[in-house]
Amino acid sequence: MIYLQLFATFFKIGLFNFGGGYAMISFLQNEVVYKQAWLSTAQFTDIVAISQVTPGPVGINLATYTGYTASGSMLGALIATVAVCLPSFILLILAGKFLFATRTAYAPAWRILRLVVVGLIASAALTLCTPENFVDYKSVLLCAAAFLAVWKYKRGPIEVLVLSAVFGLLLY
Amino acid sequence: MLPLMERELVGPYLTKEDFLDITAVAQSAPGIMAINVAILTGYRLKRTPGAFFAACGAALPSFIIILVIALFFQKFAQNPVVRRIFLGVRPAVVALIMVPVFNLAKTAGVTCKTVWVCVATALAVWLLKISPVYVVLLAVLCGVLLSHRERAQ
Repeated sequence: MIYLQLFATFFKIGLFNFGGGYAMISFLQNEVVYKQAWLSTAQFTDIVAISQVTPGPVGINLATYTGYTASGSMLGALIATVAVCLPSFILLILAGKFLFATRTAYAPAWRILRLVVVGLIASAALTLCTPENFVDYKSVLLCAAAFLAVWKYKRGPIEVLVLSAVFGLLLY
Repeated sequence: MLPLMERELVGPYLTKEDFLDITAVAQSAPGIMAINVAILTGYRLKRTPGAFFAACGAALPSFIIILVIALFFQKFAQNPVVRRIFLGVRPAVVALIMVPVFNLAKTAGVTCKTVWVCVATALAVWLLKISPVYVVLLAVLCGVLLSHRERAQ
């Protein structure tokens, strides 16, 4: 039954996930952490970190890892990964031209979707602000420093995560 | 991943214009951008079987790498050194997700008049635990109604 649940959950995410990998984190939190409770917030945060430092699309990484952890088997990982790609596979082959045409025909809908995506990413970050992820004041300082490094000083995500790992070892 | 795909695909498989077309269509569909580009490139070259194999090729390396990590990570997650590393990494992950909020706000056209859509979405999903699926559906519905009204005027 877990396989059917995995397929349904990831198919739904693949079908409604507009706005790329960061927006997808919000969909996954709601389905995988909150509704199905397949992963804890800390586990989920660890996977996002691993996805950032390994190559390839974040969406695939998250689907594969969640599928494996939720079912404890490679088949679960495979089902989740296929399910998250399937909706866009079907849509692009059957209606790619139509979807593209909606960008001019339904421009207001796309304008609203872009705003919604910003809100979804914000909610993804806020949802990760839990006592599991912020154990003390040092976590808050690390978060602020990482934010400045990426936003103001344009450092790459891999560099920042590796440095934060070193700080984790030094501080805890 | 897109710059890498452009370098590999433009020339042997696609013209520059084809690639730009394909990325535009890929962005109009839900799902994972890099996979969508693979599907469209495969479809252009060899129809549905091409799309299938291109998508598999784009997903397979990540699938294998993550599977290997998943196999080992569960054993090492309780290791004290690994735990300390992730105590440092977790707050940084939150920062990494906060940055695109501010970067995208510019390109998404967030102004004093529109920012309430972002705030309402964030609050609904974060505090009320409303599924992002419903928020997207509502946005599409409102957008379609708005499009028809604009056209009627």
